[in-house]
This record gives sequence, C-alpha cells and structure tokens, in this order.
Amino acid sequence: MVNVKMREKCKLIIAATLFLIIISGAPAEGDILKKASFIPQWVPQAQFAGYYMALEKGIYKKHGIDLTIITGGPDYSPSDLLTDRRADFASLWLSTGIQMRAGGENILNIAQIMQRSALMLVAKKANGIEKPQDMNGRKVGLWGPVFQLQPRAFFRRYDLTMQVIPQSFSVNLFLRGGVDVASAMWYNEYHTIMNCGINPDELTTFFFHEHGLNFPEDGIYVLEETYRKDPALCAAFVLASIEGWLYAFDHPDEALAVTMRNLKKEHIPTTLVHQKWMLERMKDLILPEAGEDAGMGGLLIEDYSRVARGLKSMGLIDSIPGFTSFYKVISDKDEK
Amino acid sequence: MKNRGLAFKLVLLILSSVTLIFLLIFGYSYTYSRKIIVENVEKNAMNLARATVNQIDIVLSSIEKVPENLAYVLDRSLCSGEELNNLLKHIVQKNDEIYGSAVAFEPLAYDGKKGRYAPYFYKGGGEIKYSDLGTASYQYFFQDWYQIPKELNKPVWTEPYFDEGGGNIIMSTYSVPFYRTMAGKKGIAGIITSDISLSWLQEIVASIKIAKTGYAFLISQNGTFVTHPKKELVMNETIFSQAETRGDEELRRIGRKMIHGKSGFVPFRSILTEKLCWMVYAPLSSTKWSLGVLFPQDELMADVIRLNKTLIILGLLGFIFLLVVIVFIARSITRPLSVLAGAAEDIAKGNLDVSIPEIRTKDEVGQLAQSFNYMKTSLKQYIVDLTETTALKERMESELQIAHDIQMGLLPKIFPAFPDMPEFDLYATLEPAREVGGDLFDFFFLDDDHLCFNVGDVSGKGVPASLFMAITKTLIKTRATKDMPPEVVLNQVNQDLSEDNPSLLFVTLFLGTLNIKDGTIEYCNGGHNPPYIIRESGEIEAVEMTGGLALGVMEDFSFQSKRIVLNRGDAIFIYSDGVTEAMNSRHELFSEARLEGELKKLRGLPVGDILAGVTEKIREFSQGEPQTDDITMMIIQYNGSDDVTLNDLGMEDDIV
Repeated sequence: MVNVKMREKCKLIIAATLFLIIISGAPAEGDILKKASFIPQWVPQAQFAGYYMALEKGIYKKHGIDLTIITGGPDYSPSDLLTDRRADFASLWLSTGIQMRAGGENILNIAQIMQRSALMLVAKKANGIEKPQDMNGRKVGLWGPVFQLQPRAFFRRYDLTMQVIPQSFSVNLFLRGGVDVASAMWYNEYHTIMNCGINPDELTTFFFHEHGLNFPEDGIYVLEETYRKDPALCAAFVLASIEGWLYAFDHPDEALAVTMRNLKKEHIPTTLVHQKWMLERMKDLILPEAGEDAGMGGLLIEDYSRVARGLKSMGLIDSIPGFTSFYKVISDKDEK
Repeated sequence: MKNRGLAFKLVLLILSSVTLIFLLIFGYSYTYSRKIIVENVEKNAMNLARATVNQIDIVLSSIEKVPENLAYVLDRSLCSGEELNNLLKHIVQKNDEIYGSAVAFEPLAYDGKKGRYAPYFYKGGGEIKYSDLGTASYQYFFQDWYQIPKELNKPVWTEPYFDEGGGNIIMSTYSVPFYRTMAGKKGIAGIITSDISLSWLQEIVASIKIAKTGYAFLISQNGTFVTHPKKELVMNETIFSQAETRGDEELRRIGRKMIHGKSGFVPFRSILTEKLCWMVYAPLSSTKWSLGVLFPQDELMADVIRLNKTLIILGLLGFIFLLVVIVFIARSITRPLSVLAGAAEDIAKGNLDVSIPEIRTKDEVGQLAQSFNYMKTSLKQYIVDLTETTALKERMESELQIAHDIQMGLLPKIFPAFPDMPEFDLYATLEPAREVGGDLFDFFFLDDDHLCFNVGDVSGKGVPASLFMAITKTLIKTRATKDMPPEVVLNQVNQDLSEDNPSLLFVTLFLGTLNIKDGTIEYCNGGHNPPYIIRESGEIEAVEMTGGLALGVMEDFSFQSKRIVLNRGDAIFIYSDGVTEAMNSRHELFSEARLEGELKKLRGLPVGDILAGVTEKIREFSQGEPQTDDITMMIIQYNGSDDVTLNDLGMEDDIV
C-alpha cells in the first residue's frame, strides 16, 4: 500500500521535475559547460547510483555541468576534499555537516538526499532480544563517533546500560556471537547478514527513525564561497542529481548495470543481489513518504534541529548553527 | 466403442492391458534400480565426504597445535622480546603450512608501556620477514582475527580472506587468546595467530571429480565459497547470495544446514552445470566450514537410463509385433464372419443360391460356417417342400371351392320361394363354417297342398360331412313322395343311411309337411333341435319332440310323427345348432334363450327380415370370433288359404 502510494508520488515528482526542467529551459548547446567535481562518501555502490546514472545519461551535461565524480573509498575523506577545494561538491552525513559547520567550516547543505536514517541495530532473537529493554547490559558493537549518536541517544531513551565494543566493518563479530547487538546500515550490513545465512525472522531490528531518532544521512554539501560565486551551478548540480536518482529508480536494471561496472573497475567484490537490495533501499530512504512535507532533496527544520540537538547534547558541538545559514533551498529558478 | 469392429476392440483392450502391465513392470524396475543406485551413491558419497573432511581436518588440527602450544607457554612465562621473536621466526620457518605468525598484545600487556605491540613473522620472497602490526593505520584491535577470539574468549578460525600481499592466495588465520594475571586478575593478554594459505585445501577439494561433471566445493561459516569450480563465486559470493540470485529457497535451506554443522544427502541443482545432482555435505570439525560434493544424477543414472531406453525400445517393438499378431488373429476371425454376415443378408433377401465361403478351420468359426451351410441347404429344401405343399393346398382349396359351389347349388336359393303362393312365406339361409359344410335344408311340394321342408345337420364337418349331407338330401328327395308321412320318410332315409355307413357319420334331421290349405304341419324330428312356433300373438313355443334319434345311428329305428297346426300369421322357425352354439370371445354361447328373445323382438317383420335380423344378432354376439359350425335357419310363415279346393283337386306339383 505504502509502496503504491510512493510509486504514485514518485511519478508525480518525476512529472513535476521534468516540467520544471522544461520551463527552466535547458542551457543552449553552444553554452560552455562548467567544470565541477563531486566526491561521494564511499565506493561507487548503489548508495550513489543516482549520481552515476545522471553522469551516464548526460543529465549533468544537460544542466550545463561537465562533472567529474571522484571515486570514493577508504582512502578519501569527502569532508577533507571539500574543505581542501579538491572537490566542489561532497556527499556527507547531516550530522557530519552540522559538526563541520559548528566547527567553523563554511559549508552549506544544498540538498538532503536521504530523508530517513538507514542506521539500525540488529540482534539475534535466539539471544532473547525482542525489545529495547532486552538489550540492557549486553555487548553492542558500535562504529565511529558519527555512527554512535543515534545508538547512544537510543540507549538513553530506553535507559539501557550497554557494554560498547568497537565494531569493524565486518559483521563477523556479530555473526560469531562476539557481540549481542550490532550496528548495521539497512541498505548494506543488514543484507550482508541475510546473505550469511541468517533469516530475517531470526533477527530483531531497531530502526532509529522508528524510535524518534531520525537522523537523515547523505546530503549534498558545498563550500559557502562556491555557492556565492555560482549559485546556478549548485542548483544545476542538485536538480541534475535528483533527476539522476529518479532515472535510477525508474530503470533499476540500467542503474545496477552501471553500478556493477563501476565496482568491477575498482576491483571491489560484490554481488548483484546486494547492489539490487541497496538500490531498492535507497528508493525507500530517498523518496519522501506520502504526506511528508519535504520534497525530494529538502531538509526539514525538525530533522535539522533533532540532529543538531543530539550533537550538542553529546558534546560534539558547542552551539547549533542557524538553519538558514546552513541550508540553502534550491529551486529551479536558481539554475538560471 | 460399441459400434467398433471386433478387431478394433481386441486391439484396444489387449494392447492397453499389455501396455499397462509393461508400464508397471518398467516403473517398478526403474524405481527399484534407481533406489539401489541412490543408496550406493549415498553410501559412497558419505564415505568420500568423510574421508576428505578428515584429510583436511588432520592438517588443520596439526596447525592448531602450534599457536595453542605457544599460548600455553605464554600463559605461564614472560618471554623477553628477543625470545618471543625467535620463537615466532622458528615457528614460521619450521612449519611449511604456516605462512605467518604473530603475537598481538593487549594495550600495555607487553611491557606495561606500549599501547599496541604485535610482532609478526611471515614468509616473503623466500625468506622470513618481520613487521610490527601495531601501527596506527592497521588498528589490529578491531580486526576480526583479534576481536573475535578476544570477545569469545576462545580460539577461532577466521573467515577466509584474500591476502593481497601474498600473491592473491586465500588465507585463513587461527587465533588463540593467551592470558596473564595482572593486578591479581587473570585476563586476556593478547592473541597468537597462525596464518595459513588455503591453496592446498583448494587443491584437495578441486581434485574431487565425480563422473564427468561432478565436483566438490567448500563454504565458510558465513557461507562464502572458499573453493568452487566457478571461479567468480570464490571469496565473493555466499551460498545465500547465490540462492537469492537464483530465487532458490531450497538452496538457502541447504546452505543453512551446511553452515550449522549438519551433514546430509540431498537433491541439489548444480550451480555450475544446472544439472540435477545429489549432494552430500559434511562439516570440517576444525573450522566449522562445510564441504559439499555433487554427484550428477544423469551421469550416475546413465546405465539405468540406457537400460531403460533399451527396455522401452524392446517394449515398443513388442507392442508393434503384438499389434500385428492381434490384427491378424482378429482378421482371421472377422473376415469369415463378415462374409457369413453378407451371405446371411443375401439369404434373408431370398437368394438361397449364395455361395458360403469354405472355411477349413475346425474352430468355432468353422463350425459356424458349417452350420450356416447346413441351414442354407435345409432352408432351401424346406422352401421346395413348402412350395409343393402350397401348390397342393391351393389345388385342394380350389377343389373345395368348387365343392362349395356344388354344395350350395344343391340348396334352393331363390327367396322368397314360391312367390306365387300367397298361403305362406318361406326363407332359408345356410352359412357353412368352412368351404363345405354338413348342414342342409330343403323344401318342395309333395302335391299341390303339401309342402315338404327339412333342416338337417351332419355330424362332423368338411368334405365327409358335405358328402353325407348330399347323400342325405338326395335320399330325402327320393323318399319323400306324395302322401308319405314324415315318419316313413325318416324311417326309409335312416334305413338307407345306416345300411352302408363306414364312416359312422349321422345326421340330425327335422322334416315336416305343411298343408297349405289348413296350416297343419305333420313332422318328425330325428334328433334335431326343436324348432320354434312363432304365434301371431307373439308367443314363442318350442315344437314338441318326437323322440327320434339322429339318422344313420340305428338301422331299424322306428320314427314317430306328430302334428301341429299353424294358424294364419303363425310361423315355424327351424335352425341348426350353429345358431345357438355360436360363441363369443368369452366362450359364451348364443343360446336358446337369446334366440327366443331375438325372435320375440323380430316378430311381425317379413320373414326374410327375421332371418337377416337373427343373422345380424349372431354376428354382433360373436364379435368377429371365427364361426365354428354351419349356421342354418329356415322360417315358414303361414298366411292362411282362401281356396281349400286345391287339396281336393289332388294336384301334385313339385316346384324344385
């Protein structure tokens, strides 16, 4: 039911977007393309299929951008590349963005691509964990600081005293029973666990966005100076990226083929089923649910303040940056 | 089916039965031989899997001993850095299977100063090299090989991994925690590791070949393919991601059993060849990985399938042979039958000269043909006989018809008789039951005044009776002469009839003379039904019997006459027993009572109409029942005489 509504919504959005593109008028062919670069947080997996699709289908070119996507991975930090001006645009978590802004970096959020947090906790039902209270006193695997915001707030909310174990990027510690509860991204580790032979009904899942802790993740960031210099470029990048995402959702096979090709080029082992799962989850996370206020790529002030207050209460930021100075709404008019 | 020929029915029933029997036998043979093969395969497969698993486990468990022994040493004594390094170097040098070995310490556990320290010796470029894994970038505390044994507090084999530095070989690490008592508390001091290359293991598994396309594969505890003939699966896919890719729930179920340390024998579709296989799977007791060995069903069943193909071909040939034989047999039965059927049709149409095919066999069909031939001959003879008989009968009938005409010609047939005589009206009828009958009547004048009339009935029917009747009638005519009283006539006729009567026939006879001048009737009854007098007043009275016997019975019988007087308008009605004994379908007789009733009703009508009326009533009564006896009736009505002189004149006249 939700899916059908979402699909309808999606169609509406596509229609609306296409309409906007048409009335905004694509740049004439003779126009000189503006050079720009973009760095995603990680390897070219389906988490970034929209950008790669837009590049593949010439959507950025259509919007007047000659875009280079810098291949992300463990060796690159998008925030560093952004501040070092090695990349014009970067994909960052909202919490990272706010932290950087509060830390004095003049960066702007020009699109909140993910509307929902994909971070979750998983536990085995066989260990007797069915509800938050069952986790009390158990070992929990947590990633680095930015991944700990929601879990720690969650533990506070349910008054749980947990034994925190640093979690690596493999799920083996959880699978072997080294921890009772593990951190997972819905679109990634959760599926990896399934593909290690654990059935969904054997797991208890805690989605933070279902527990009042929706800290939406991936968004598009730009340096304030870049934005001042060329707001039309920023608008074009955002609109083209959204168009790329809609194209990817509408043509999943094409998007997966591009994803698999890019991953193979980088010698990153993966499976098609895993990337397929990831793309499907991206659709769930990116498209606004029926009745939600935000349009595609919009940042809601309540999401912003929830994350910012979370950061402040954890002592990760001293003060909350102003919403309007942090987030610039992009509309079709800005592209001109 | 009902309308099909005998041959078709035979073929259908026999062949379907035979096919059913063949299929049952074939099915049983196939199932049973398959069962035997499957049982053998299962037994051999289990043995093979166990042997392979043991072979691997022996190597792995010997490797396990090395870090376990080192841990035992480190648990009890603090080595110096140099001693430890020498130990590690020695281990790597002396154990061919061990690629590298490290002792990774917990923070401060080494010397109370170093936050991280992990001396590592490994084979590199033909010599033993050293490095400290305790770098900021490597963060060994969070590596699986360190974190899992530490958190589980027990030795573990890691998931296999590609060692990018060691020439793309698959490695796995066996990690053993060791302990120290620090500040009075025993705790984990670090992890000892042995890295082993899995290329020997891959070789062992790859060397397993079953028939043409059977193979073995190994999956890790996560279901990751450690070895598989399909190279792109190795270290990349799990059995579960394959299950998801193929949408194969059964594969996922089998995979779960495998990683849960179960062993079994299951049908399995090969990921490599897509062929249906049997798979045996068994766990390695050391690493908890699982070995699967695939046995292609079609290849193992090849012999059985070949045998079954031959059986089917033989069965088909047998089927065709049987078909030909049955058709031949059926034809040999049905061909003469249908010829006989055709002949029967011809015979039915009357062609008795049709030739019956000669059937030499002595079976039922032969018998049938013989009987048929006999029937034809008999039928032919019968028809010849019948034709003759019919001709004979026709001749007799025509003769009888002539006899009938002659007999009828004997009787007076012009009515009213004597139309010029006003003194009386006379009507008579005779309806014989057959062509010729035994009844008779006659009337003639003896003289001018005396009318002699008689009605008789000969015993028996047909030709003898009719001849006897003719004799009787002639005798009466001869004997009855002028002035002869009836008793004398009967006496003489009786005498004549009795004298030469070999057939012992007799005749009942009523004979009377009517004096037309005064209506006096003198009569004599020889055993005949008493006639009725129908008075003008309407009374019906039976004429008194004269005690006479039937004529021709007793030679010298003496008959007596009696006398009765008819007044003007009275009538005498004489009849034979064919009237009163006429029968209807309920076997009721017409009877005297019914006759009297009818006469009463018809009284006063002209005499011709009275006879016609009685005849009509008898016909109505008998309702179409065939007439069994001759019906004879005579009626004379006396009208009175105006001239009495006729008698006086002594005129004699015989009208007939």
